[in-house]
Amino acid sequence: MNHALSKSDRLDATFAALSDPTRRAILARLADGEVSVMDLAKPFSMSQPAISKHLKVLERAGLISGIKNAQKRLRKIEAKPLAEATEWLENYRKFWEGRFNQLDSLIEELKLSKQTSPKRKNKKGE
Amino acid sequence: MSFVGTLKVEAKGDRELVMTREFNAEKDLVFDCFTKPELIKRWLYGPDGWSLDVCTVDLKVGGKYRYVWKYLKDGSTMGAGGTYKEISGPDRLVQTESFDEAWYPGEALLTTTFVEKSGRTYITINILYETKEGRDTVIKSPMEGGAAQSYNRLETLLNTLTESPQGRK
Repeated sequence: MNHALSKSDRLDATFAALSDPTRRAILARLADGEVSVMDLAKPFSMSQPAISKHLKVLERAGLISGIKNAQKRLRKIEAKPLAEATEWLENYRKFWEGRFNQLDSLIEELKLSKQTSPKRKNKKGE
Repeated sequence: MSFVGTLKVEAKGDRELVMTREFNAEKDLVFDCFTKPELIKRWLYGPDGWSLDVCTVDLKVGGKYRYVWKYLKDGSTMGAGGTYKEISGPDRLVQTESFDEAWYPGEALLTTTFVEKSGRTYITINILYETKEGRDTVIKSPMEGGAAQSYNRLETLLNTLTESPQGRK
């Protein structure tokens, strides 16, 4: 462990870092591999200093790390904190997914009973 | 069994959760499933081993709704409810939510929108918690659909909360 934050504090930092759409886009870009700040700034209509600010937030949350190579500083994504955050959300998602799957079944049942409800006068039975 | 939509859940900002999903029906029917007690009872009872014993809905602005779930194994109950703030059927529903045993601090404001496209309905549920702690408590609570151990964990959680209510009054 490189920092002494509790799991819960780490999670807070992760969610805070992920709450910004630009930062999420940066992470998505880094998911494809290591990128320099200059290349990161390209798709955004933002100055490099503005991008650097976002990178600092992501670094503090432990979501990315910097690597120095000969010419430039590259950034790469760190999987663990992201995995923790998605794991929490996934628990919540599973809980609700179960309920919504039940709703799917109910909807099919209701649609069926609508179709089969006699619109013309019909004798009961097959 | 194949299910229609994949549920997406995202944390947004500091205090929100956003759920999105599609259903294979027109929005009138889906809206009914969210607002008519006899229909709500038939899907919102889960996970397995639970039933939605009490479900009352007074569908008007300022009207209240109340749900009480029962854990069949030991008869313990969990109640929740709130007030409707806006009803634009079948497009939009805004309601408050709080649990009897406040397992997250404060109350939440739920905004559900129903959008129909080519006979399918896309719902978005935006849950705005009063505090960041409220939102995070919900995300971090041990709930999973389907696994027996999670019911035990939920039970433990509920027991803990009954012994020492943590929510603000």
